[in-house]
Amino acid sequence: MKIKTILTAAVVAASLTSVAQAQTLRWAYAGDSLTLDPHSQNEGATHTVAHQMYEALLHRDMSGAITPSLATSWAALPDNANVWRFNLRKGVKFHGGEDFTADDVVFSLNRAKMETADVKGLLTSIKEVRKVDDHTVDIETNGPNPLLANNLTNLFMMDEGWTKANKSEKPQDFANGETTFATTNVNGTGAYMLVSRKPDEKTVMKANPNYWGKGTFPLEVTEIVYTPIQSAATRVAALLSGEVDFVQDAPVQDLGRVAKQDGLKVVTAPQNRVIFFGMQQGKADLETDSVEGKNPFAEKKVRQAMNMAINRAAIKKVVMRDQSSPTGVIMPPFVNGWTEALDAVPATDVDKAKALMAEAGYGDGFSITLNCPNDRYINDEAICQAAAGMFGKIGIKVNLDAKPKAQHFPLIQKRTSEFYMLGWGVPTFDSHYVFNYLAHTDADDRGSWNNTGYSNADVDKMIVSLESQVNLDTRNVTIAKIWRQLQADILYIPVHNQVLNWSMRKDINFDVQPEDQPHFKYMSFSK
Amino acid sequence: MLSMIIRRIGQSTLVLLIVALVAFSMFRFVGDPVSVMLGQEATETDRENLRERLGLNNSLFVQYGRFVGRAIEGDFGVSYRTGEAVSAMIADRAPATIELAFVSGILATVLGISLGVITAINRKSFFSQVIMTVSLIGVSLPTFLIGVLLIWLFAVELGWLPSFGRSGVTDLGGWWHTSLLTVDGIKSLILPAITLGLYQMTLIMRLVRAEMLEVLGQDYIRFARARGLPLRKIYFDHALKNTLVPVITIIGLQFGSIIAFSIITESVFQWPGLGLMFINAIYHVDIPVMSAYLVMVSIVFVAINLIVDILYLFIDPRIRDAANAGAGE
Repeated sequence: MKIKTILTAAVVAASLTSVAQAQTLRWAYAGDSLTLDPHSQNEGATHTVAHQMYEALLHRDMSGAITPSLATSWAALPDNANVWRFNLRKGVKFHGGEDFTADDVVFSLNRAKMETADVKGLLTSIKEVRKVDDHTVDIETNGPNPLLANNLTNLFMMDEGWTKANKSEKPQDFANGETTFATTNVNGTGAYMLVSRKPDEKTVMKANPNYWGKGTFPLEVTEIVYTPIQSAATRVAALLSGEVDFVQDAPVQDLGRVAKQDGLKVVTAPQNRVIFFGMQQGKADLETDSVEGKNPFAEKKVRQAMNMAINRAAIKKVVMRDQSSPTGVIMPPFVNGWTEALDAVPATDVDKAKALMAEAGYGDGFSITLNCPNDRYINDEAICQAAAGMFGKIGIKVNLDAKPKAQHFPLIQKRTSEFYMLGWGVPTFDSHYVFNYLAHTDADDRGSWNNTGYSNADVDKMIVSLESQVNLDTRNVTIAKIWRQLQADILYIPVHNQVLNWSMRKDINFDVQPEDQPHFKYMSFSK
Repeated sequence: MLSMIIRRIGQSTLVLLIVALVAFSMFRFVGDPVSVMLGQEATETDRENLRERLGLNNSLFVQYGRFVGRAIEGDFGVSYRTGEAVSAMIADRAPATIELAFVSGILATVLGISLGVITAINRKSFFSQVIMTVSLIGVSLPTFLIGVLLIWLFAVELGWLPSFGRSGVTDLGGWWHTSLLTVDGIKSLILPAITLGLYQMTLIMRLVRAEMLEVLGQDYIRFARARGLPLRKIYFDHALKNTLVPVITIIGLQFGSIIAFSIITESVFQWPGLGLMFINAIYHVDIPVMSAYLVMVSIVFVAINLIVDILYLFIDPRIRDAANAGAGE
């Protein structure tokens, strides 16, 4: 009897240890993190790795919602809408054992605002960061900023003492030729700590034993082994052969194969990225078109016809293998201001489009060069090819010019392109971000991606008013009004929202994060 | 002879400078590094500031002169992509590439020579026919396809070998690290080494076979046979030795191209060497890395050419005499 009890106890104990067993997650992605310095680059894979080890004041969880992280609560001061007060989490320690305090917040945000910090664009509205006491910080903005919180989720907190002791007060400066300590070392508050890293080869992280979030998050992954694998075929092969457990970016043509394989699954969700075409409609005459003396894109009927000519359902089916969600507006569904009505896909009607072209005086059509990237978005070049055929049906002869992103984006930034593909993610999850960069008149620091020549003083005024309107209802009314105007003007020709397909071992429970940011502290395993 | 070597070194330096200049003038067509370096929130003012600070607004010759001036001091700048010092990046990744090139070079040489001899001796046997046909595939299939096929067969279907990466790396202290000392490491080396060396192997095999066939038809082989010497002695001592002079030249020159063209193999297998670093540099318009890599590769080529030329002087008395005559002019 006694022996039996001991045996049972032993079996139970054994099964318990197997439940709490260390789980290594082997994760592959096309790109590597560029640097471990959390303020030096404002780029997807770099942020993904940083998020495992560093934390921001606020955090976007796996559904994209803002949740408390190093700040437990935040609100604008009742008597001054320009100042936001953040109450910091107490008892948080950095990996090196240092306490997390208000000094670290002031230091980190100031570091992120420096000239050499690529994330400084997120902080332009901040005037000053002040310590109130050890666990309270005030952030003063240049005017009331209802979206301050949305901008803080990728601004990571570093330890002031550690960073200064290691002479990394400034983010990596590519011009001065010196590598900083923080480029290759990490001291954050996050759920994982850096074990080793070889760029382009392997980054290993292990669970932080003193993490404040124990009990709040599953934290079942105890070790993360991150390997960038550039070749898509190899990445899929590594998943199929069981050498990696989790791949964010299997190519769409291989998803069927992965889903069919025993022990693997594909989890799908819409991504926060919309793909669309832009047209230079402000210039008096275009250089790459066949029309002399006038600009066909300036004619609204031409833009309407183009919007009607493009068959989004066909692009979804043939080019994207059903992995996209066609849309009628240049805004992903997570964004504040999105409505089903705006998202509704315009009907494809070639005859009506032809009639519109004829009405506009372009019944015989014209030719134009379309600039397209070939290594940036999912099947970008193939989308452009398909669209070129569709525009051809209404007489617009498209000369496709597909280039790598390093050559494509300068064409838009320098305003030389007249017809181009662009993709847009909305990190603040608010329409203002779309308007400010894509619709505002191209002047000073606004409209920096508006290569359409579109300029509407009323729209500009409304966009600027969004920045200080603290009454959210009034603000949303203005947002709806701006969208109505932009849709009526057919400023852009939307194509679709990208879809994320995360492929993983079947026993993994993990939601797809709309910004393509896997936060492994949320991952759990079926027993 | 010394003057000849000095002259060659002078010529090589000139070649290096020209390679660097051509490379520099091509970088402007690769794209704008600044637009890749800064995120989408950056304004044109930010980009212009960074361009100015990196000196990208200077003329081609100013940039080139600055590069050469620093390179002479051994400073290749920092990578626009990772912020690491370029010289450190090259030193860190060179062992992986050199090891891969070395192993696939040996594989190509040993297999190429032995298969070449076998197919030359048993010209009509079934085995030789098969080898010759298969070697056609090796010459004609592109490297990335061979790599993907090998991965599919040995990693996905059979599960014998890893599909990517360099595992089981042992740090030998200093700056050298090797994957040859562990089973895991050797396993991860097999597929990339075959992929990289297959072309060279078939090339050497076909060359050896052709040379062997020619030599085997010559009089001294026939007389050796008539004398009743053992066949093995005839084939390997007499025939093979006489085929090796051109083969060694080819092997030397191909070793350079194995290092230079490991780019495709390394990106298919995610092999963390110089080729992968270069591919990444192109995607990100990482000018400091690209220029350093191109200079490094041309140094390798120039050095190998120089060595081969000097070897000729020792091997072939006719060339030596000509060189000495030239020096005496």
